[in-house]
Amino acid sequence: MSTPLLEIRGLSVRFRTPDGVVCAVDQLSCVVERGQTLGVVGESGSGKSVTFLAALQLLPPGAAEIEGQILLNGENLLTRAPAQMQAVRGARIGMIFQDPMSALHPLMRVGDQIAEIVRTHAGASRAKAHARAVAALRSVGIPNPDTRARQYPHELSGGMRQRVIIAMAIVLEPELIIADEPTTALDTTVEAQILELIDELKVRRGIGVVLVSHSLATISSVADTVIVMYAGRVVEYGTASDIFSDPTHPYTQGLLSSIPTIDHGRGHLVPIPGSPPSLIDLPAGCSFAPRCVARIEMCTTERPTLTARTPTHVDACLVPPSARRITPASVPAGTGDQ
Amino acid sequence: MNHPMGRYLLKRLAWTILVILIVTFVTFVIFYVLPSGDPALRFAGKQPTPQILAQVRADLGLDHNVVVQYLLYLKRLVLGDTYGWPGLGYSYSSGAAIAPQLWQRALVTIQLILGGAILWLAIGIPVGVMSAVKARSRFDRISLVTGLVCMSTPVFWLGLLLLWLFWSTLGWLPGTGYVAFTTSPLNWAAHMVLPWITLALLFAAIYARVIRSNMIDTLGADYIRTARAKGLTERRVIGVHALRASLVPVITLLAIDIGTLIGGTVITETVFNLQGLGSWILQGALNQDLPVTLAVTIVVTVVVTLLSLIADIVYAYLDPRVRYK
Repeated sequence: MSTPLLEIRGLSVRFRTPDGVVCAVDQLSCVVERGQTLGVVGESGSGKSVTFLAALQLLPPGAAEIEGQILLNGENLLTRAPAQMQAVRGARIGMIFQDPMSALHPLMRVGDQIAEIVRTHAGASRAKAHARAVAALRSVGIPNPDTRARQYPHELSGGMRQRVIIAMAIVLEPELIIADEPTTALDTTVEAQILELIDELKVRRGIGVVLVSHSLATISSVADTVIVMYAGRVVEYGTASDIFSDPTHPYTQGLLSSIPTIDHGRGHLVPIPGSPPSLIDLPAGCSFAPRCVARIEMCTTERPTLTARTPTHVDACLVPPSARRITPASVPAGTGDQ
Repeated sequence: MNHPMGRYLLKRLAWTILVILIVTFVTFVIFYVLPSGDPALRFAGKQPTPQILAQVRADLGLDHNVVVQYLLYLKRLVLGDTYGWPGLGYSYSSGAAIAPQLWQRALVTIQLILGGAILWLAIGIPVGVMSAVKARSRFDRISLVTGLVCMSTPVFWLGLLLLWLFWSTLGWLPGTGYVAFTTSPLNWAAHMVLPWITLALLFAAIYARVIRSNMIDTLGADYIRTARAKGLTERRVIGVHALRASLVPVITLLAIDIGTLIGGTVITETVFNLQGLGSWILQGALNQDLPVTLAVTIVVTVVVTLLSLIADIVYAYLDPRVRYK
């Protein structure tokens, strides 16, 4: 078996705060293959963004305690010195951020913002770097890339700016792209275009993609494998068809039933009651137990570990599989404190 | 692009002229409303007869009412007088023409301020950036305390202390007064260095604090995270991406401070015996010397409005989101 493009082994990220230690990510492991998209889903604060910021050493220095291994082509990135990590960021791993309104420098021309990556990593001349920036803009579907390269971010629409950020991420043809909520700030129609673009780049260039999102709906169209995170832990991990057609964890089932769909008609949305726990004092057992409709006694005392359901599908739940399936009818009326 | 820019400049210049009119008029009115001594008394010699006083008043144009006097002043200002253009008249107290003195004194003050500004930026920017990058570090704390000391030190005391130390005690520097650069560059610098330091320390401390806080805000911005994610060196992330955004608001501050100082370096000029605009307007005010007061007021107004215009243009150049309106 060949080395996977990205493999995360037992990653834990903790922050010391005045209120106590926040365990933002707890024992996370996953794999991203070349030419595949890993979807990472979870609510705010579930640790999905922190995981990949840690992978790039982009967390504020000194603030986080990081354990585990993050292997890019078998090489542990966490042992790289900060200066060596610069050679990886932007060149071998491209990063796409959530809010294209604020992720671009407002006082620099977009072409220059792309070209400086080429100049820093490839040591290219000004003219050559500019040419590559324009080519990158063209490859992400920006019309008149020559003109656009000379414009400032405020002169572009939100979707256009996100394309610029994608152009930045791919200009040096990285092996991996990490997209952190790339479409959250965009209109739905633009969201589809951006997801399609990322998917097309994945296929055309054979790069690995990590797509972080709070929305299963966003991920469903493009992901090959999916991780569902809750309170810093992986609760379910499998192929896209495992997760979407046969979700086994009550949290994933809850997420799926809270997606509005057209065929369900009105009145059939099932919210998950309650809100995620504080990461400072996690409950002793399963973190999701307080909100879980399938909860049994053991859930509040024992912490579930990831268990294989099929060779490609694992989840972390103590409830016997037969007792887990929730349907709209199984949710008692008035449940929850939202 | 050229066309709106031209219109913008014309509009701003028109405003400048309006501001000069208002400011000179107010200065004129205040001068006459204040219970000041009659300037004519000074020219008429000891115990003048009413006839002599009336004659002097007529010579000085003081026999007209205030508004007519003001209009006559404006007329000379625009058309020039016997001493050339602009017609600023002559000093009531010394009888000397204003214009030649004005240029000479403005030159001294401008050298004082520009040298000081270069010095306070050269100190304030690096200290502010370092304090922000290493916020709460030992360096940050030391610079905070040093800055507070600089900000609360009285300028006259600091000036005298520096003179006592470097001139009378150590004998390293030649003392007070002004030596033209063209006479002896070395001597010029030796005479200017203490005034520069005296003027700059307060502002260096203020600028370091302002830049520190701008910089801390900027370092938390999303686009700084983007810059790091692009794999740029930390030097470039801080020195180019963060610093550029942090310095834009400083442009406005700099324009205001330099403008204020044009007529406001009274203490520094007095302590170091520099014949600049600040000490002159003080003399003018104390001697009820209207032409001197007016002349300095006009210069200050022109400089302040021009600087704010330049600041706006530079601002629009540095921040493309700002456009001339």
